[in-house]
Amino acid sequence: MSDDTQARIKQLIDDNKVMLFMKGTKSFPQCGFSNAVVQVLKREGVAFETFNILADPAVREGIKVFSNWPTLPQLYVNGKFIGGCDITVEMHESGELRKELAAAGLV
Amino acid sequence: MLDVSAVEAMLKAAFPDGTITVRDLTGTSDHFEASVVSARFEGISRVERHRMVYASLGNAMSGPIHALALKTLTPSEA
Repeated sequence: MSDDTQARIKQLIDDNKVMLFMKGTKSFPQCGFSNAVVQVLKREGVAFETFNILADPAVREGIKVFSNWPTLPQLYVNGKFIGGCDITVEMHESGELRKELAAAGLV
Repeated sequence: MLDVSAVEAMLKAAFPDGTITVRDLTGTSDHFEASVVSARFEGISRVERHRMVYASLGNAMSGPIHALALKTLTPSEA
């Protein structure tokens, strides 16, 4: 991954307390797993930023190296990698995601 | 193209003590759901458990497998 891509990814994560790298956008998710995470974040009532990796192949591959995680979507809260769809949904159902968001003063 | 038994075999190799079930979610051999119950997960975070599973699948995750929904539990959690 080029340094430029790495820097761009880091910037996105640093600038946005809740950052979701996904396929598609908030209003037009283009993958069931990405959409599931969008719905979870809406139900948590937290503001979040998204990045459509389908529109940027460099970030699409770079984010997998950045997090050592082979799939999309990828959720970051307060700079920390939370997980993909199954972990985010599991944490939402157990209340752990709420705790992470509250600890970062986001809900 | 990978089928359920191929994915199961790779997971079994990495988690010999594990109870492993794999399901093809879409019938297209690229969206799977896998449950791995293993003592190797004791005291390990969810994210790290999933990373262990992804590592055991080698480069299958960067091509043939598009999505893998995971359940990673210790015997006591199962």
